[in-house]
Amino acid sequence: MKKSISDFLKMVLIFLAGKFKKFTMRFKKSKTMKDYMMVYYSDAKSARLTGRKVAWITSGGPVEPLIAMNVIPIYPENHGAMIGASKMGGSLCEKAEAMGYSADLCSYARSDISCATINGGPIGGLPKPDMLVCCNNICGTVLKWYEVQARYFNVPLFILDTPFCHTEYTNEAAKYVRAQFDEYIVFLEKVCKKKFDFERLKEVGHLSHQGQLLWQAVLDTATNKPSPMSAFDAFYHLALIVTLRGTQDVIDYYTQLVAYMKNRIARGIGAVPNEKYRLLWDNIPIWHRTRWLSEKFAAHNACLVADTYTTAWCGALKYIDENRFLDSAAEAHARIYLNIGIDEMAKMVLEMIDKYDVDGFVLHSNRSCKPYSFGQLDIQRIVEKERGIPCLMLEADMTDERSFSESQISTRIDAFMEIIKERKNK
Amino acid sequence: MRTAGIDIGSITAKAAIVENGKILNTKVIFTGYNAEAAGLKVYEEVLKENSLSKSSVRKIVSTGYGRNSVKFADKSFTEIMCHAAGAHHLNAHIRSIIDIGGQDSKAIVLDDQGKVKNFVMNDKCAAGTGRFLEVMARALEVNLDEFGAISIKSKNPSKISSLCTVFAESEVISLIAKGEKRQDIIAGIHESIAARVSSMSARLGITEPIMVTGGVARNIGVVRALEKKLGMKIEVSSYAQVTGAIGAAFLAASL
Ligand code: SF4
Repeated sequence: MKKSISDFLKMVLIFLAGKFKKFTMRFKKSKTMKDYMMVYYSDAKSARLTGRKVAWITSGGPVEPLIAMNVIPIYPENHGAMIGASKMGGSLCEKAEAMGYSADLCSYARSDISCATINGGPIGGLPKPDMLVCCNNICGTVLKWYEVQARYFNVPLFILDTPFCHTEYTNEAAKYVRAQFDEYIVFLEKVCKKKFDFERLKEVGHLSHQGQLLWQAVLDTATNKPSPMSAFDAFYHLALIVTLRGTQDVIDYYTQLVAYMKNRIARGIGAVPNEKYRLLWDNIPIWHRTRWLSEKFAAHNACLVADTYTTAWCGALKYIDENRFLDSAAEAHARIYLNIGIDEMAKMVLEMIDKYDVDGFVLHSNRSCKPYSFGQLDIQRIVEKERGIPCLMLEADMTDERSFSESQISTRIDAFMEIIKERKNK
Repeated sequence: MRTAGIDIGSITAKAAIVENGKILNTKVIFTGYNAEAAGLKVYEEVLKENSLSKSSVRKIVSTGYGRNSVKFADKSFTEIMCHAAGAHHLNAHIRSIIDIGGQDSKAIVLDDQGKVKNFVMNDKCAAGTGRFLEVMARALEVNLDEFGAISIKSKNPSKISSLCTVFAESEVISLIAKGEKRQDIIAGIHESIAARVSSMSARLGITEPIMVTGGVARNIGVVRALEKKLGMKIEVSSYAQVTGAIGAAFLAASL
């Protein structure tokens, strides 16, 4: 057991060192992202020895009750991102297809399902779960995905059903979702075999809220010209608010990160050395191509200053009220970016266009993520009509590198930048 | 001032020489496996035909998928930009371009200055591109150059419903086996390309006057099918296949 944990840690280390060398070298502080993620995954991997429980949870799921119960949350989607960044998505997806899963299924689901059977991927598989928590506020795919995994690992599954909030959060919806939070707590008490600690939840709720505010503060620094960070930096630093939301670590890390970004602003340092054009990114990153894309845009003096994806981890802040934590958490979880109507989404995009003062909008039409990609054409049209900025749609997949054609994407980006340059230099 | 444009596509390499706003000569060869060599060859050939020396050409712009392998070019632009510039010089009234090339198809909307306002590309799938026609020509054992002339004789185009080139090919083979007329099958193939390209173009919101560029524009069957599908009139220049190279040469003049 000891040996397998140290092997596992070695793999996490090698993964983090290799994938984000550029960022980790640049961002030196008392504790790096690598350190935090190491501790996080080693805690999870050794949970059986320390008597803690592990829950796999969807990215949009309510994690605070888990933290309050001292359960370690593990995010298969975060793992999916790591698989994508390691360019292992294609082969894991192929394996899932051989198991009988459709190539049209989300590549996070495909790679997670096949990875679990072989302990493959960049970190030798995820720590085994004691329970699964699935919230369908991000998509319907996760329902079946988590059912499959619950059967495979033979562990209990909790499903939190959030009705779609086209424009409003009705009383009926509020009651319905809130009641499920009570059921969630009963579920946790049963699996953990102990009483739920509401006092502890208050603290965790506070830390989670503070963490989200700080993440917002990090992203806000990109309003500066030149922007001290790009969306590619955000894709990297995001890992903590996703995995450790509700802990002090998140607060410590982002407090330092905000200071670091402000220092760059004070010294006039931009993420892209000659920032001339500012762009907004939509959808999940193309994990296997972040380096290539960041260099491609930088070569045009263009900085992707903001994105709708990392903003999602502070996007529902306006609904959160620490004093009514559970009620407000129910609303915040139901009204996330992927669970609202197209007009509402477009409104948020327009706000970001104004806030970050961007010259163009790049939309990743993601073959995997249907809820994120379906309405994009309408959002693009609304943006073109309301703001008149050039929009570019790139077709790819976040994890499955088989759906990416470099020369074709390259031509689209070049043509898009030609239009932006011509408009801006008029 | 004399300038040149080199357009390296996936199937053919094109070159154009322009002088003081006039097209002097154009040339098309097959790209083959070496894009760099094809660029040089087509350039040398177009010069040779007019007995021009390399030193007499002031600037060169490259375009197309192989644009970055043309090492002797002064600058490169994308096909989008060059097709727009080329179409604008061929006819300044053009507001939309549909370019059907070997491995992709695109629709481009121009502003009244002939500048690119917006574009869409289909590059994920061979259906709706020249490659689709090549595959079908092989299956039907017909010379691709005759496709247009044969298809306009059809009164009753076959239905090809598969969206995928490979499936469409087996559909065509079963149509042959069923004994459908060759002209009807070819007309059906053209309608299927037109359906793909026109929905992409409609998505962009193209407006008349429209010009079709790219190698496939020489196929009158595809052009007619597109007109029918779009319900709009389409112009085809005799320079359709070399529009990108011509645009590149004109852009070189403004460097
Ligand atoms: S479909 Fe989209 S939201 Fe759902 S799991 Fe896949 S990436 Fe996440």
